[in-house]
Amino acid sequence: MAFESLTDKLQNVFKGLKSKGRLTEADVRIALREVKMALLEADVNFKVVKQFVKSVEERAVGSDVMNGLNPGQMVIKIVNEEMTALMGSETTELSFLPGQAKTVIMMCGLQGSGKTTSAAKLALALSKKGKKSLLVACDVYRPAAFEQLKVNAEKVGADFYGIEGEKDPLKIVRSAMDAAAANSDNIVIIDTAGRLQIDEVLMEELANIKATVDVHQTLLVVDAMTGQEAVNVASAFNDRIGIDGVVLSKMDGDARGGAALSVKAVTGKPVLFVGMGEKLTDLDQFYPDRMASRILGMGDVLSLIEKAGQQIDADTEKEMTAKLKKGKFDFEDYLMSMNQMKKMGGISSIMSMLPGMGGMLPKGANMSDLADQIDEKKLARTEAIILSMTKKERQDPDLLNPSRKHRIAKGAGVDIAEVNRLVKQFKETQKMMKRLPGMMGKRGRFKLPF
Amino acid sequence: MAFFDKLFSGLSKTRKQLDDNLAEVFDRDRIDEDFYDDLEELLILSDIGVTATQNIIDDLRRDEYYEHIRKPKALGMHMVKKIEQIMSTCESDYSFEEKKSVVLVVGVNGVGKTTTIGKLASQYMARGRKVMVAAADTFRAAAQEQLAVWAERSGALLVAGSDGQDPSSVVYDAISSARSKDIDILLIDTAGRLNNKKNLMEELAKMKRIIDREYPESCKETLIVLDGATGQNALEQARQFKEVTDVSGVIITKLDGSAKGGIAIAIQSELQIPVKYIGVGEGIDDLQKFDAKEYVRALFYKEVNDEDGDKEQ
Repeated sequence: MAFESLTDKLQNVFKGLKSKGRLTEADVRIALREVKMALLEADVNFKVVKQFVKSVEERAVGSDVMNGLNPGQMVIKIVNEEMTALMGSETTELSFLPGQAKTVIMMCGLQGSGKTTSAAKLALALSKKGKKSLLVACDVYRPAAFEQLKVNAEKVGADFYGIEGEKDPLKIVRSAMDAAAANSDNIVIIDTAGRLQIDEVLMEELANIKATVDVHQTLLVVDAMTGQEAVNVASAFNDRIGIDGVVLSKMDGDARGGAALSVKAVTGKPVLFVGMGEKLTDLDQFYPDRMASRILGMGDVLSLIEKAGQQIDADTEKEMTAKLKKGKFDFEDYLMSMNQMKKMGGISSIMSMLPGMGGMLPKGANMSDLADQIDEKKLARTEAIILSMTKKERQDPDLLNPSRKHRIAKGAGVDIAEVNRLVKQFKETQKMMKRLPGMMGKRGRFKLPF
Repeated sequence: MAFFDKLFSGLSKTRKQLDDNLAEVFDRDRIDEDFYDDLEELLILSDIGVTATQNIIDDLRRDEYYEHIRKPKALGMHMVKKIEQIMSTCESDYSFEEKKSVVLVVGVNGVGKTTTIGKLASQYMARGRKVMVAAADTFRAAAQEQLAVWAERSGALLVAGSDGQDPSSVVYDAISSARSKDIDILLIDTAGRLNNKKNLMEELAKMKRIIDREYPESCKETLIVLDGATGQNALEQARQFKEVTDVSGVIITKLDGSAKGGIAIAIQSELQIPVKYIGVGEGIDDLQKFDAKEYVRALFYKEVNDEDGDKEQ
């Protein structure tokens, strides 16, 4: 689904705005209207949004617009910071009891939120940390819930405990603790039945389980697609049972996942894990800052940076940055950076991950248009042109006289006009680079113009 | 005052009662910006969505002006009626239940597809229809067993595959079996899949093609099951499932909680897919035919205790 990103929207809102220096109340109000809409579209709870927008407004009005930013970007900066503050800036780890003590983890949540699958995924993730888990089937209502957990336990190589036909969850958890002792498991994961937070009888059941065995961590499993209801669910489970953390399931879908923010806002409890797919290995750590970006539709910058970090070899990067800083930069470099782009999954995939690209766009265009406009075929032609140059020509574009250009055009199978255009564009870029050495920081590579 | 007059001229006791139960937003003295702000909040909290909320409010502002509606309560009744009209189903929406039909049930993970099929099978069996259920969810552990339990409870015939089998082949087997056994309604359970998974959606399209090819004379129905607590993504789910399987109806489950399932309004108005069933509890009879009046009432009326409320309305 192509959401128009908040960044794009704000760029558009502020296009006509020349005000520099300080954010006026009017600027902020216009911007925050868009922020509010974006958050609501992302399913963040209405009341949470209201409060959030208010706190941003208080901070933003009258604050100085930093050098190099336009008012829209400044508001985004503040929004992002406030959001990260709300989501928590650190990744929270699941806590365990020390030493030989058995850590009991109880999974709870609404029907269909993904408790059974998450329980199995968790057992697998913990086994990689050298922990041995016992999965306990305590969903005594849904047909075949017992079998589902049993099959999954087998798949992840965890121990399994359940009493088929037993309708009393308390009996099951009590004897499960004995089974765990016999198996020398150090983790006990209790899978409970799905329940509505307003179902007093079933909520009581959870409280009773907690009273029967010493549950160390109660994890609420929340579907990432949950709407406004997330607030009611989270606060009811937290008030009635007490939760220690959240597992956000089905994050591999295309929902923005505003529920994560709602849940954090009303319970103060951290999201610990996210479910990223149907395979039992698909359980990831939760990164609050990335979630903030996803909810706002600001592109997953951090993922990009990480991806880039993995793909681009550090030496090449250093060399390139040095060249850029000096304003020396030839067709060889152009070619190299194109190759690196390819490694990272092509320009359109990078564009979609980058926030703040909106400012580079012609009026009225949005991100997806731009990605469409950048024809990857055209890039391939550009590559062909550069590859048709001799090494000397690549290093010194001034050598390119009409006869050389003719040869290159023939070699690349393009019209000479296209060669001319590329050379002209390249020289302009070179000039620009010389003028702006200051802009080329550590991340200079992202500013390479194509 | 024409509209106001029209609305209240034939005022029956029931209508008055309903009117009195309108949500607190409508208890204000006059229509002003605060009123619209509060109404916006009510609509958005019901998961109706930003765009649909904006549309409803724009419409109301216009109607307030042109139809000279002065009181929040009157405007509220006006809105309720309009939404009721949009959401109303007609008899032909359920005609598949009376014919030889194949019902493909689709949706994302965890919305309650298998349970819904179990309940539908039970209800159709109780009405004397010959029902077969096909377990084409060959992916989720124990999905087959879960449906088997429901088949046993309802007395419906079961066609199951084995874990990991191509679901289309289960569909194929089920159709030939349904034909030879003269089955009235064949309900096909599919694995939950997120709408952005291309391959899985393609798999669903294949199942649909097999139904069209192998049983062309049947009445073909595709029902998408949506979780009542799902937010704005439900619209996208409906849109994308419709693209591959020609969805003809919506089932909203889990409406017995405090979730309102307001996104159905956006789905109906943007995609013209009617809601046909809603799930309001664990019991077999808690899967009910959709009633626009009841639905709108749940969205916009005060919560009333059973003793004071008039359940018949």
